[in-house]
Amino acid sequence: MDFAGALSGDHLKFLFNGFMVTLYIAFISIVLSFIIGIIIGTLRYAKIPVISKVLALIVETIRNLPLLLIIFFTYFALPEIGIKMSITAAAITALTVFESAMLSEIVRSGLNSIDKGQIEAARSSGLTYIQTLSKIVMPQALRRMVPPIVSQFISLLKDTSLAVIIALPELMHNAQIIYAQNINYVIPIFILVSVMYFIVNYGLSLIARRLESRQA
Amino acid sequence: MIDLSILINNLDTYLEGFKNTVLSSIIALIGSFILGVIIAIFRISPLKPLNWIGTAYVEFIRNIPLLIITFFFFIGLPALGLTLSGFVAGTIALAIYTASFIAEAIRAGIQSVPKGQMEAARSSGLTYLQTMTKIILPQAIKIVIPPIGNQFINLVKNSSILGIVAGLDLMYFGDIVSSTTFVTFDVYIFVALFYLVLTIPLSLGVGYLEKRLARNH
Repeated sequence: MDFAGALSGDHLKFLFNGFMVTLYIAFISIVLSFIIGIIIGTLRYAKIPVISKVLALIVETIRNLPLLLIIFFTYFALPEIGIKMSITAAAITALTVFESAMLSEIVRSGLNSIDKGQIEAARSSGLTYIQTLSKIVMPQALRRMVPPIVSQFISLLKDTSLAVIIALPELMHNAQIIYAQNINYVIPIFILVSVMYFIVNYGLSLIARRLESRQA
Repeated sequence: MIDLSILINNLDTYLEGFKNTVLSSIIALIGSFILGVIIAIFRISPLKPLNWIGTAYVEFIRNIPLLIITFFFFIGLPALGLTLSGFVAGTIALAIYTASFIAEAIRAGIQSVPKGQMEAARSSGLTYLQTMTKIILPQAIKIVIPPIGNQFINLVKNSSILGIVAGLDLMYFGDIVSSTTFVTFDVYIFVALFYLVLTIPLSLGVGYLEKRLARNH
């Protein structure tokens, strides 16, 4: 094992750059997924005849597929039907598709957790259904969604590593390039990369826990 | 349209991958459950050092990607002189990773049983072990089953990690089929269907248990 060689300044910088890509891709994907997740989750909650059922089918299908398959498919299979994307676009698309399905479930259960009596009260005091949703139900539900969304972001940060199969230059990919040079770098790099993921994710999980206990 | 002949002509290859995905999932499921129970016992144990080990395991493993753990067994151990096949390395990694989530689900379940029950049982003369097995665990198990079921669904999906380390699973054999047929789209649609054959019934089962146990509660 060669700790000094593996953890040289250049290598650290290269890993740091990779980690920035990981954070960047994960952040963009979670923001997009949040927007799409809110729309899908609300449409499913509102039980609009055909639409809710179709969305349920799509969400359940995506949630039950491996993310690795979705990433691979987006980059390697979609070009066969004419949809060609850059590596970065494919990574963001695949992660967003998968995470939107996950977040829509968080949104839906957040909305469902609000007491039905409040909807009846709001409706009978003259608010429309849309007003009730946007002014009464959604603001309360959003607060309850924050901790599970932070947890989902942690999963997403970890899952971004799966984009190594399409050679996205994120942390794991850059780590691979470094330890491929010298077998004595493998263990030191694994330790360092694990610690990098751990610090960020553990920090986020502490935030999620604090938010949860504040609400309880 | 999707070309069905790809599925028919390569059915044996697909089934070989499907078999290995199922096999890896079952082995990892059993392994992660046993390991998860041990870690959960560590975490709630009154002995401080065991407690630390349990907490360190759960917090560390949960917060790093499964891919690193897999690469550790597939690339890291060979660097130290121990070579494992992709299937073995991936399956061990799956078990170790999933165990941290199962341990956490079990701990949460056990701790959701009110503390007063432990005190009441202990003061009425039961030992710690008797209290655990007769009073606490039977109640905790109801709370714990749905989250553990969800972890098993995740495990089946995560088993696709074997594809990255040539672990002979569905993803791996999908790659073989697509390199012989020169088709990717149709080939992986069938791979996806094979995964859904496993995960959809599991999801429905867990959903059903969740509803039933919630009603009894």
